[in-house]
Amino acid sequence: MKDIKVLDHKDTRSGFGAGLHELGKINQNVVALCADLIGSLKMDAFVKDFPERFFQIGIAEANMIGIAAGLAIGGKIPFTGTFANFSTGRVYDQIRQAVAYSNKNVKICASHAGVTLGEDGATHQILEDIGLMKMLPNLTVINPCDYNQTKAATIAIADYVGPVYLRFGRPSVPNFTEADQKFEIGKALMINEGADVSIFATGHLVWQAIEAGHQLAAMGIVAEIINIHTIKPLDEEAILKSVAKTKCVVSAEEHMRNGGLGDSIAQLLARKLPTPMEMVAVNDQFGQSGTPTELLTAYGLDANNIIEAVKTVIARK
Amino acid sequence: MSDIENLQQIASQVRRDIVRMVHGVKSGHPGGSLGCADFLTALYFEIMDHDPTNFKMNGKNEDVFILSNGHISPVFYSVLARNGYFDISELGTFRKLHTRLQGHPSVAENTPGIRIASGSLGQGLSVSIGIAEAKELDNDNKLVYVLMGDGELEEGQVWEAAMYAAAKKVDNLIAVVDLNGKQIDGPTEDVLSLGDLKAKWLAFGWVVLEMDGHDMNAILRTMKEAKDRSRLGKPVMVLMKTEMGMGVDFMMGTHKWHGNAPNDEQLKNALSQLTETLGDY
Repeated sequence: MKDIKVLDHKDTRSGFGAGLHELGKINQNVVALCADLIGSLKMDAFVKDFPERFFQIGIAEANMIGIAAGLAIGGKIPFTGTFANFSTGRVYDQIRQAVAYSNKNVKICASHAGVTLGEDGATHQILEDIGLMKMLPNLTVINPCDYNQTKAATIAIADYVGPVYLRFGRPSVPNFTEADQKFEIGKALMINEGADVSIFATGHLVWQAIEAGHQLAAMGIVAEIINIHTIKPLDEEAILKSVAKTKCVVSAEEHMRNGGLGDSIAQLLARKLPTPMEMVAVNDQFGQSGTPTELLTAYGLDANNIIEAVKTVIARK
Repeated sequence: MSDIENLQQIASQVRRDIVRMVHGVKSGHPGGSLGCADFLTALYFEIMDHDPTNFKMNGKNEDVFILSNGHISPVFYSVLARNGYFDISELGTFRKLHTRLQGHPSVAENTPGIRIASGSLGQGLSVSIGIAEAKELDNDNKLVYVLMGDGELEEGQVWEAAMYAAAKKVDNLIAVVDLNGKQIDGPTEDVLSLGDLKAKWLAFGWVVLEMDGHDMNAILRTMKEAKDRSRLGKPVMVLMKTEMGMGVDFMMGTHKWHGNAPNDEQLKNALSQLTETLGDY
């Protein structure tokens, strides 16, 4: 197992804030909208330096999506910011009609995704947002794994023309990918090559997969760990190539099993390469209050759960 | 022929197009479409500064119109075609498989003149604000017009947008509400009374004008006033009284023609009442 160096610990939402601020400097067409959560979304620097390109919408997410679609019609590149729950489920029809069906160049940027927002509990912990967004034609769905990757993804999506859902989170987590990396939408990233099992992880669970990988190595199991930061379009080629070698699969995500990354991979494998597979994901439950670490464990999303899933799936080969 | 007579003649042809289009596919929404024929004719042929022969999605340096109550697509498509956005022969494809003239407006087919999908109600005002804000950023002094239905005002998003436009002084925006007093389930008064709409929009901080949506002189006069009162710090609302089904006697005074198509005999009857024509498609 490759040694992966932790640079520091940071929240992915700050990566978004830093990326957005950078975009403000380099792209005059980038505008930002927020529904009363500037601090939570780390949009302060953009607001301070580019006030004329910032729109404070107030607590009115439906209106925010509509205004963003209008700004896109006018040739701007709008980035909307609020929690994942209010970025998706609350405004599903607005996204469906005015952004996805109308194919507007809107970047829906969603923080506090999954259970790791912590103590606020289930009203704010959306676990079905990837599913909601990936089901909409035209939408690209991205869930980067750490601060550096979230910053790079934020900058990269401004150059892609079309609607994007960018998902990130609240807690401070290991920052281990390269600073100033080039982010390529739809390109899976190899973290560790191995022959015994393929672990496909997204978002915060990429780090859990790496921790699992170290413990598995100590048991003599060499896991191939791949970071799937783009759930749609899925890097089918990279997935099939890895699975052809390892012949068993574990997916890992801070999301509902229904509609998540594992669901997309399972559909691919069912069609092209049926393979034993286990899914580390939330199984048809709402979240609850707790610390991020407690919640990852309580919902079966930590490194130990990945290790157990690997053992189970290897036995099924 | 005076300008007014010319506009009235076009509106009559638009009404012929509407009843023929919905008859042709036995579906669609003639009632509200007929009610807005005069206004949309005036808007596209007289009021707006725009270029039908060179449609640009971003609408830079031209006035932009957004149809929020997308179900009145027949009148929208007819006015666009008669105005030169696309050939009038295309009106015959309305609601048919692979048409650019979908049941409700769509941009997926790149239909000239359409900038956003609408049909799911309550969204157009927000979209219009976004276009208006983009114009502001670009120092583009043209205006954004949006039409909503009165039943549509039951959607909460409309009021989010109403509050925003006034609070943020979006003053390059002219909204029009089609007050025909009817929606699918019956009179708006019975389904969900809108109360005192003028007082509501005034309380939200808008300039509010009222007009008769079937008096061509009143439409031109009021829309000119709306334009004069734009760019003065407030968004402008025009409450437009109309009659659903206007121009076809048996479609008037009832909500039953909101979403029904005429049969062959009813079509003949309707066309006999709309005598002014520029030539059917």
